[in-house]
Amino acid sequence: MSLDLDPKIPDGAIGAKWHNWLDTHKLVGPRNRNEYKIIVVGTGLAGASAASTLAGMGYRVDCFCYQDSARRAHSIAAQGGINATKDYANEGDSVHRLFVDTLKGGDFRAREANVWRLAELSTGIIDQAVAQGVPFNREYGGMLATRSFGGVLVERTFYCRGQTGQQLLLGAYQALQKQVHAGQAEIHTRHEMLDLVMIDGEARGIVTRDLRTGEIEAHPADAVVLASGGYCNVYYLSTNAKNCNVTAIWRAHKRGAGFANPCFTQIHPTCIPQSGDYQSKLTLMSESLRNDGRIWVPRDKDEERAPGDIPEEERFYYLEERYPRYGNLVPRDVASRQAKIVCDEGLGVGATGRGVYLDFRDAIDKKGEETIAGRYGNLFSLYERITGDSPWETPMKIYPAPHYSMGGLWVDYKLQTTIPGLFAIGESNFSDHGANRLGASAMMQCLADGYFILPHTITDHLAQQHDECDAGNPAYAEGVERCRERLDELMSIGGSTAPGVFHRRLGAVMLDKCGITRVEEGLVEAIDDIREIRDDFWSDLAIGGSGEELNQTLEHAGRLADFFELADLMCRDAIERDESAGCHLREEHQTDEGEAVRNDDEYARVHVWEFTENGDGPSLHHEALEFEVVEPTARSYK
Amino acid sequence: MKFTLNVWRQPDHGTAGGFERHQVDEIDGEASFLEMLDVLNERIVHDGGVAIAYDRDCMEGICGSCDLLIDGIPHGPRQVTSCQTYMRDFPDGAEISVEPFRNSAFGVIRDLVVDRSPLDRIIEAGGYISVTSGPKPEPNTNPVHPEAQEHAMDAAVCIACGACVAACPNGSAMLFTGAKVAHLNSLPQGEPERFDRAHDMVTQHDAEGFGGCSNHGECQAVCPQEISIKVIGELYADYRKAMVHRLRARRGSIKAQ
Repeated sequence: MSLDLDPKIPDGAIGAKWHNWLDTHKLVGPRNRNEYKIIVVGTGLAGASAASTLAGMGYRVDCFCYQDSARRAHSIAAQGGINATKDYANEGDSVHRLFVDTLKGGDFRAREANVWRLAELSTGIIDQAVAQGVPFNREYGGMLATRSFGGVLVERTFYCRGQTGQQLLLGAYQALQKQVHAGQAEIHTRHEMLDLVMIDGEARGIVTRDLRTGEIEAHPADAVVLASGGYCNVYYLSTNAKNCNVTAIWRAHKRGAGFANPCFTQIHPTCIPQSGDYQSKLTLMSESLRNDGRIWVPRDKDEERAPGDIPEEERFYYLEERYPRYGNLVPRDVASRQAKIVCDEGLGVGATGRGVYLDFRDAIDKKGEETIAGRYGNLFSLYERITGDSPWETPMKIYPAPHYSMGGLWVDYKLQTTIPGLFAIGESNFSDHGANRLGASAMMQCLADGYFILPHTITDHLAQQHDECDAGNPAYAEGVERCRERLDELMSIGGSTAPGVFHRRLGAVMLDKCGITRVEEGLVEAIDDIREIRDDFWSDLAIGGSGEELNQTLEHAGRLADFFELADLMCRDAIERDESAGCHLREEHQTDEGEAVRNDDEYARVHVWEFTENGDGPSLHHEALEFEVVEPTARSYK
Repeated sequence: MKFTLNVWRQPDHGTAGGFERHQVDEIDGEASFLEMLDVLNERIVHDGGVAIAYDRDCMEGICGSCDLLIDGIPHGPRQVTSCQTYMRDFPDGAEISVEPFRNSAFGVIRDLVVDRSPLDRIIEAGGYISVTSGPKPEPNTNPVHPEAQEHAMDAAVCIACGACVAACPNGSAMLFTGAKVAHLNSLPQGEPERFDRAHDMVTQHDAEGFGGCSNHGECQAVCPQEISIKVIGELYADYRKAMVHRLRARRGSIKAQ
């Protein structure tokens, strides 16, 4: 078998490519748009922005989300901000600089043309959001305020206190609700996509389960857009919402969509450490805290004093010492790895010894309580609500946690997967962040995809589509039947263990062996471990109740079944990528100081996996990455 | 720690529900209320029962999914979301009742899960600024006073959990509606539609079957985002002007298509 992995990048210089595309792609006339039905799965920043834009253009849009309202998608939890090269701070920022930062931050494992387009569209997102009434923070004169974020040397991050994701999502959600009111879009809440329907090799609809009634139904469409987010819940404990899952993109993968770089998962450095076994998720504290907070551990392993009583010279500000230029603002992967290293050395703090201090004492002294409260007040109270400790009095304790998946469905420049008519946007695709995502880039990518890119690429696809969608095609009934059989299979296992137990076991294996660092031996073991847990799952799962009603245990079991298959692929991918890059640190390939060592000669490429049914396991394909604008260099944040 | 829970169980909207008693022990005080329910659910499933259904997602107090009435108080004793209520907030050995948010506009779907779609329909009626996607003017050409931005943001942080509705003796969703109107109407971008917005959202609010506000103030006492009841006053001010405005309009109000 083969996959068509031509990225279909338009001609021209890097800065002209997107304009060339806009000038030449095929259009659908305004009167014809209502003839086309587009399905959008997921209503986060990418899904809601795409759906509202497409409906606004006149297409008929059917949206699906598993939450009870489109506004609850997990984009809502993004805290820190969104990047844009407005250069209001007059620092010489430019599209080129954001492009280079993002490409370099991703350790040169992303496609140049996509990253450039992202940087170029960044400013338009701010304009769009302000017009929608997103209340970005303002300076005294009423101008938009900016701050800086990890991995960059300019202030280009726009924010709404610590709730930027919430406000941007509400902007997109409100625009979508307006289209619902106008009758142009329909939102199916409490619906989960269980399968993709293919007709003549093209995506022509999806199969969903109504989570309230258990009804399984097929929905025909002319094109399908997946905006279903990331898969870090494969680690069980992550910063993702409890119900985030891989099912939509995994089902699409099993129908033929290539899965790119599955092992690229970001472990975010600033999360509240785990406190016990009962814990069901980890809470992120915005990376923006690293602007003013100083990260340290005691120099002495046996330190027992309260952090405030430890004198300056006995504190180990390890990031400031090891990376004098970027200090506490090194990229996420570097900060996470360094936290793991100091904790492995026994210097960690807190009950479990897996934690480091993030200290605001100096910032409060220097800048005053008012300034710090204005910047981080709500984050401080969030931290206090969860831990019972006040960051005003004692340093926060933080530790890395799985946060974001750079990997996802492979897409070309048009954001189309290897299946014609199937598009993937936002975190569900692999495209822009390479091996590591910089802070404040996720929202930028989701909204660039949804507001500005997808609407102009899906149009090109629809304009060339000649067959009308046949709702009577047997492929729809077959899809429904397949999903029903699978749910029956899960329901009939009849064991005695709830899905959560297996999920915790899977998460422990993945975090240990395919987490902050990886080594071939461990990955090989992990594949066996995963198989064992999966076998136990399929023989001892208990669900209770029936499939014809609201059954959250069944929902969890179905998602977990897909996570097992994904976990296996992640480990295989981590073995195949025999180099270190960004988040993917293979212990075999690092400098004496623990820095990632890339191998550009062999691995400057995207790994794209194809699902096969023949029992030989997935097959691997490559898209070579070519760097014409920026010469890949070793990342250095020293 | 150990607790006795009286949990509301109801198979579906059409069937009567009732309380079911559960003992839970060996609970860590650092566990959140929902994590405690997870532990209980795993035990129920292990023993061949059916897990208690309840909504939750982000577990960090921002998505607004979780909505438990704990001991008769929306989200429990601490004015935070259910997911941020911790077992350390209760005395060891406490007996705690857990119910769905109660309001005639919120039907029970199952156990503790209710239908809050009326809140989406209130937004649909006018909780937006009518702009399409595409190139927009440079935002700094239209400065926004930081106080106006702060004011908008104080209201915009609403998470639509519905606690205000569950707490109100009148079953009113005015804090929710007022928060959206106060957010959009305090920004220059929201100005052109301000009166239609206030009018249409209140009309939809009433059509959903929510009651009116009579200043009990229970809503702001439970709001996990600490939204002030002042937003209802702002909403009423605009609503009153909207009624006058509509009377004066010579050709009827001009609305976005």
